[in-house]
Amino acid sequence: MSVKAAPRLRGKDLVGIDPLSPGEIQLILETAEQMRDIAARPIKKVPALRGKTVVNLFMEASTRTRFSFEVAEKRLSADSLNFSATTSSVSKGETLVDTALNLEAMQPDFLVIRHQYAGAPHQLARILKSSVINAGDGAHEHPTQALLDALTIRMRRGGLEGQVVSIVGDLQHSRVVRSNILLLNRMGATVRVAGPPSLIPLEMDKLGCQVYTRMEEAIAGADVVMMLRIQLERQGRMNFPTVREYYDFFALTPERLKLAKKDCLVMHPGPMNRGVEIDSRVADGPQSVILEQVTNGVAVRMAVLYLLAGGHGEPTAD
Amino acid sequence: MSRLLIKHGRVVDPSQRLDEGLNVLIVDGKVARLAERIEDKGTEVLDATGLVIAPGFVDVHVHLREPGFEYKETVATGAAAAVAGGFASVCCMPNTQPVNDSAAVTEFIRARATEAGLARVYPIGAVSKGLQGEELAEMGEMVRAGAVGFSDDGRPVHNSYLMRRALEYAQLFGVPVVDHCEDPSLTGKGVMHEGGVATRLGLRGIPAAAEEIMAARDVVLAELTGGKVHIAHVSTRGALDRVRDGKGRGVAVTCEVTPHHLALTDQAVADSEYDTDTKMNPPLRSPDHVEALIRGVLDGTVDCLATDHAPHHADEKVLEYDLAPFGVVGLETAIPVTYDLLVRRHKLPLRMFVALWSSNPARLFRLPGGSLKVGSPADITLLDLEARATVNPDRFRSLSRNTPFAGQRLKGWPAATLVGGKVVWRRERR
Repeated sequence: MSVKAAPRLRGKDLVGIDPLSPGEIQLILETAEQMRDIAARPIKKVPALRGKTVVNLFMEASTRTRFSFEVAEKRLSADSLNFSATTSSVSKGETLVDTALNLEAMQPDFLVIRHQYAGAPHQLARILKSSVINAGDGAHEHPTQALLDALTIRMRRGGLEGQVVSIVGDLQHSRVVRSNILLLNRMGATVRVAGPPSLIPLEMDKLGCQVYTRMEEAIAGADVVMMLRIQLERQGRMNFPTVREYYDFFALTPERLKLAKKDCLVMHPGPMNRGVEIDSRVADGPQSVILEQVTNGVAVRMAVLYLLAGGHGEPTAD
Repeated sequence: MSRLLIKHGRVVDPSQRLDEGLNVLIVDGKVARLAERIEDKGTEVLDATGLVIAPGFVDVHVHLREPGFEYKETVATGAAAAVAGGFASVCCMPNTQPVNDSAAVTEFIRARATEAGLARVYPIGAVSKGLQGEELAEMGEMVRAGAVGFSDDGRPVHNSYLMRRALEYAQLFGVPVVDHCEDPSLTGKGVMHEGGVATRLGLRGIPAAAEEIMAARDVVLAELTGGKVHIAHVSTRGALDRVRDGKGRGVAVTCEVTPHHLALTDQAVADSEYDTDTKMNPPLRSPDHVEALIRGVLDGTVDCLATDHAPHHADEKVLEYDLAPFGVVGLETAIPVTYDLLVRRHKLPLRMFVALWSSNPARLFRLPGGSLKVGSPADITLLDLEARATVNPDRFRSLSRNTPFAGQRLKGWPAATLVGGKVVWRRERR
């Protein structure tokens, strides 16, 4: 039984997976599959968002996500503006709300925001008329990442239901894991997580996952293993001993990968720390779909922009 | 000779175990007589039909922000908020700029309060110079100037040696040391209660243990020294258990709980979608802790209620959740929030409710009010237990609006506040 796509997205914003229904998630994924086709054409552009303005407000360093949004916007013919914290008036002491209100005064249709603090997109969504898209807020959510992960699994496996997805790494500081648990659980997959006990937040199981401390148990028989980056910049030196020891217990090595299903997919949201949480032989191996995730990221972001702008059905070719 | 007769009210005075219809005669700012019938010829009369006449309410934990942060609150606006919330007396914490760690600042605050002429304001002095946690402030000088207790509130007295000496030295004056219990190394950069809600919201958590470790230490040190320790804003089951254990062994430990920790849970952070008016320290806790606090109020472990009124300017609270300052205002919502919750919902006897807000805190800090015995200062709070109203921050007397209760419809509001026999505030009829 697969989930029936909703006719449209209910909200004006995409602040997280949490507010989405399974039907809405299905709609985004189905739309994203169509968007993938656009990238396969010789002319990779449709006029769907012509005349629409998107502000990319990145208050935290990001390359992949920002580029991915930009490519998505360009393929839909939107005009995009990039704003990053280092070149902005934020360094002059302007508040986030003032920055956002000033940008909104220029009448954009979308505000894509990446922020180091959880909840910033929600705070802006409350006061802005434009559609707010969360491109990652602190350790909270990264909804388009979870959507692109789901698209990748779906395209490889034909669906999400019944899939066993194991997510391993720094669970405490990861927004990717939170969005993925919410999405996969809602779509009928089984989610297992594993990491050092000192990097597992309290009551994580309540998000809808099984919590393991031994990686081997978590990945045994899994359909998908998703590795998370160890976020050294977000923590001091007291949470686990050393990167060396971390590799010993939590890196995805060819030996450990054998515990999962034979055709298990290997995923990573990037950027990878090779030799820390993932062995290069696995990252570059035949089971890795890490670069496919990046490709799908553009399609998912196109779908989200398109649907929030009120689009439905297939975007017309130019 | 000034005379005022309060007629037709129901006197509830825990200090005399009174709960009956009595008239109250005030002469020259003092309670002169309580009787069923008092001749009112030639006397000004205040009609209290349908109202409860209680000893003036006391809030032993407020931040008035003056000197130094007058854009958040001043002694005058804080005192105005106090009387509009039904409080005749407040104790203000020393984390001003400069810190109240000297007789000069204590006197300044008292002078400002006298100018305002509204609530009585009793300064709480700093335990340590500059709140630095390194050396004792001149407690004796501050007591002479009017300080009624000592605290480094806003932060704990982290150094156990200093806390020990403070508990010993304060015995010279018989005043309590009030501690904000928190192990800062466990709090780290936490911004809300550590638990399932924080995990879901991706916000860094403050574990209950951060408070409980310090509360346990304080009870141990109070036992060692024989000093009086008052645990501020208890928010966890474990901290309350430590207080209960200490009391059971005869340790001079007392505690307060705030209205927001009783009425709200950490779910409020999620429900409000990161509204920074749900951010305070200690944070709103999970339902199991909140239930334990309510039980602690009902079984008498909690000595008094206190607001931890912490005004912040809207410009400061409009920030990201991680960046906004901790704290919420409380003076103008405390009575209806706690009456509605404790008396109406949890059937706390009215006399206990009044005691928690008046006679108990007055006794702990040895303040003159808290009683309607003949000869006491005529500090009186009139309560309209039938009044229903919606919390509207735009009507606050406080300079700040950072309340998590905006829009709540509550029953049981103060109707008037008298200080020294003078009506300093009356609720407008609407």
